[in-house]
Amino acid sequence: MTRRVGTVVAGIVTVAVFLVLPHVLTQYFLGLTTKMLIFALFAMSLDLLLGYAGLASLGHAAFFGVGAYAVGLLTLRAGLSSALAFPLALVAAAATGAVFAPLALRGRGSSFLMITFALAQVVWSIAFGWRDLTNGDDGMPGVPRPDFGWSLDDTTSFYYFAAATVGVAALLLTAIVRSPFGYALKGIRDSEPRMQALGYDVWLYQFVAFVLAGTFAGLAGALYAYSNRFVSPDFLFVIQSAEALIMVILGGPGTLLGPAIGAALIVFLEDFVSSLTEHWVMVLGFIYIVVTLFAPRGLIGLYVDFRQRQDET
Amino acid sequence: MVWVIDTLNGISFGMLLFLLAAGLSLIYGLMKILNLTHGSFYLVGGYIGLSVVRLTGSFLLALIVAAAIIALVGAVIERFFLRRFHLDELPQTLLTFGFLFVFADMCLWIWGGDPQMLSVPRPLAGSLSLGNYAYPYYRLFVIAVGLVIAGGLWWFQDHTRLGTMLRAGVDDAEIARAVGINVSLLFTLIFAAGAALAALGGVLAGPVLSLYPGGDFDTLILAFVVVIVGGLGSLRGALAGSLLVGILDNFGKSFFPQFALFTVFVPMAVILVARPRGLFGRQ
Repeated sequence: MTRRVGTVVAGIVTVAVFLVLPHVLTQYFLGLTTKMLIFALFAMSLDLLLGYAGLASLGHAAFFGVGAYAVGLLTLRAGLSSALAFPLALVAAAATGAVFAPLALRGRGSSFLMITFALAQVVWSIAFGWRDLTNGDDGMPGVPRPDFGWSLDDTTSFYYFAAATVGVAALLLTAIVRSPFGYALKGIRDSEPRMQALGYDVWLYQFVAFVLAGTFAGLAGALYAYSNRFVSPDFLFVIQSAEALIMVILGGPGTLLGPAIGAALIVFLEDFVSSLTEHWVMVLGFIYIVVTLFAPRGLIGLYVDFRQRQDET
Repeated sequence: MVWVIDTLNGISFGMLLFLLAAGLSLIYGLMKILNLTHGSFYLVGGYIGLSVVRLTGSFLLALIVAAAIIALVGAVIERFFLRRFHLDELPQTLLTFGFLFVFADMCLWIWGGDPQMLSVPRPLAGSLSLGNYAYPYYRLFVIAVGLVIAGGLWWFQDHTRLGTMLRAGVDDAEIARAVGINVSLLFTLIFAAGAALAALGGVLAGPVLSLYPGGDFDTLILAFVVVIVGGLGSLRGALAGSLLVGILDNFGKSFFPQFALFTVFVPMAVILVARPRGLFGRQ
């Protein structure tokens, strides 16, 4: 009972904080917060695969990029209204997931990593090479933000839109991982043969998890395209996929809060370090190495260990 | 005649890829490490070669120094970092990614952002005339070196004691350890050797392709495709995959410049569907 009250209080406080932020932060930091929220969603979507289904993907940027390119292409090239392009971007990301899942699920472990990586590179090579459609590596500027009857053109109203969208998506993801489906996924992660023996259609569960993870990543990608009013092949590149992996692992795979915190931290660090030195890439490299060596279960893992040690003494 | 030129170019590029893919594949076969730093070994090796050539003018010395330094770097990475996460693929992948980033930025720092070329060693400077076309000797030299190294690797694997140990380790590292093979030393040696091969690839590629920031990623991706197509852990697969990818990449660039990479990735996807473990991988 107290736990439920605690959750409600935490929820109210969270919503209040996000409502107040635009009145406290400068426009610059509000933009940065928006970016943190978008990448938190991207990291959470990957965690559905990595932390819950136990499938480490090195190609998750494919869905992020498909979502982003879908809103760009549908509005700028096909002339669709921005309000219609937004839901269609989710369909595009889900469809890409449905095509990629059967290929990727033929492998496990390193093999799964490599196949997802290679598939993402296929999408990247289309975005990079098909200049007539996508402008190649110059990217597509001028992606209009969706218009649902009120303008999202200023930083504050776009922040509210992004925060609300990410909030709803996070609630949906929480519902998914706490549903019987989510528990079955964890069972498959821990022991595939046992779940098979219990009569679960393991492949179907993994397939659905893959498509769902892709769809949420596509949502994050569409938001990011709106936020920058720009799409480029970098959205799809392997560095983006790897950054999502480190966000999840830095935070703590197998929880939704952990990857969201990991994402916020990486986005903040990137902004902060880039303002001090040109060598963000090197710092990021060291973050990978240090996190792997000293916090392989993420910040949440460190926190749990710390609590346990306190309980023992 | 254009076909012959394109095919030869494809084969010479394939041989460069083979130098990377062979190491990538052997390292995976023996210790199940997906080594993303392999792209850095290639690029840093190439840059070291560049500096050595500028200092001494000797291409041979460049090959030796680059291979030696990168072998040492590889041994350190294996022994002090990857070793701690034996058979745990996610931390290993992340570590190798971290090193890839660190090396990429380091190269940018030391050697700058402009693409740079090694000059062709003087004895190999001319070209062979094929009808109306001229074909550079250097590319033929690359093909020859690739074939010699492939042959050497075969001989090593099938006819030396260390090669027998390697095969035993690939088949079953636990049993190999149990029958008294020093698997720990074997791991470090093979990792270092794989790294050195990639460095040789970087130096050899210097006069043909330029060395540039991002070259580590571009080459790594193609080497990955090679091992996916050929099958991880198989030398034969690495050679077949390298030639296939080298040739497809070359024809793709000449005939469909807009979809250059596509001509490589589509066949890869097809092979993945038909044979998830590659052409020569164990099913």
